[in-house]
Amino acid sequence: MTNRETLERFLQTDPRDVGCGEAIAVLHVYVDLIAAGRDAADRYPGVAAHLAACGPCGDDFAGLLAAVTSEQAEG
Amino acid sequence: MAAPPGYHDAVQLARSATRELDEESASWLRRLASAASAERQAAERELHNRLLRIALTEVRRRSASTQVTGPELDDVAHQAAGDAMLAILAKLTEFRGDSRFITWAYRFVILEVSSKLGRHYWRNPPVALDAAQWERFPDRLGLDPHQHAEAAGILAEVRHVVDTELTDHQRQIFVAIVVDGIPLTALAEKLGLQRNAIYKVIFDARRKIRRALVAKGYLDEPGAGQR
Repeated sequence: MTNRETLERFLQTDPRDVGCGEAIAVLHVYVDLIAAGRDAADRYPGVAAHLAACGPCGDDFAGLLAAVTSEQAEG
Repeated sequence: MAAPPGYHDAVQLARSATRELDEESASWLRRLASAASAERQAAERELHNRLLRIALTEVRRRSASTQVTGPELDDVAHQAAGDAMLAILAKLTEFRGDSRFITWAYRFVILEVSSKLGRHYWRNPPVALDAAQWERFPDRLGLDPHQHAEAAGILAEVRHVVDTELTDHQRQIFVAIVVDGIPLTALAEKLGLQRNAIYKVIFDARRKIRRALVAKGYLDEPGAGQR
């Protein structure tokens, strides 16, 4: 990747991005869909766009998904 | 923990307004709102134990990105579980069954861990709020140092736009997050702002910088490369 492409990627914003507030408000619903094997990103594309772009919300998502799936794995 | 007057009725009302719950979620709600204190307290203990287990796992998962270590990390987990428990009980009537109850409850403890670790950042911050370490920006951005001249050009262009096009508020937040690498949650705690407010500033700043660089002919128009 060239430096200009790196800069392009850094400056990229997704107009579907719903922001932290809306993403966190439905995070539990989003995670349950994934845990159930459903396509959460298809149902909530704006949330998917946000979680991909926002480090802290992405981290919260990863933590909640890990919590739920680890319990599923334990049965 | 004693339930406030009218609490059980409120939970029952909320339950009637929710969609049909799975068996486990319905059981949690019934037991946590039980008028029988022994049943309610047993449910609260069980929920707290589960929140604490999740909090302990979560602080360890995040340990690489925090300076909090050892027993203090466990303290954060215990505080997060306790605060999450209080929030869950206070908001029990707001649960609408959009997800499983336990997933809804775990969200509280994950967010508590995130917020508490963000607050700890400022006890011994690796960088001051207004450090403006522009010399580290190419590394943070992931620019290839072998293309030194181009990297220096990009740095100069972006810095010029930040200095001349952003508002003071935008500049302060952009520099703190992007240039100095202060975690967004930590900055939100420091400035007393919602995380979303910080994110929106960075989002808008990126668009503004991009527009300015396109206007200067430094970057292509959006979509130009796909034609």
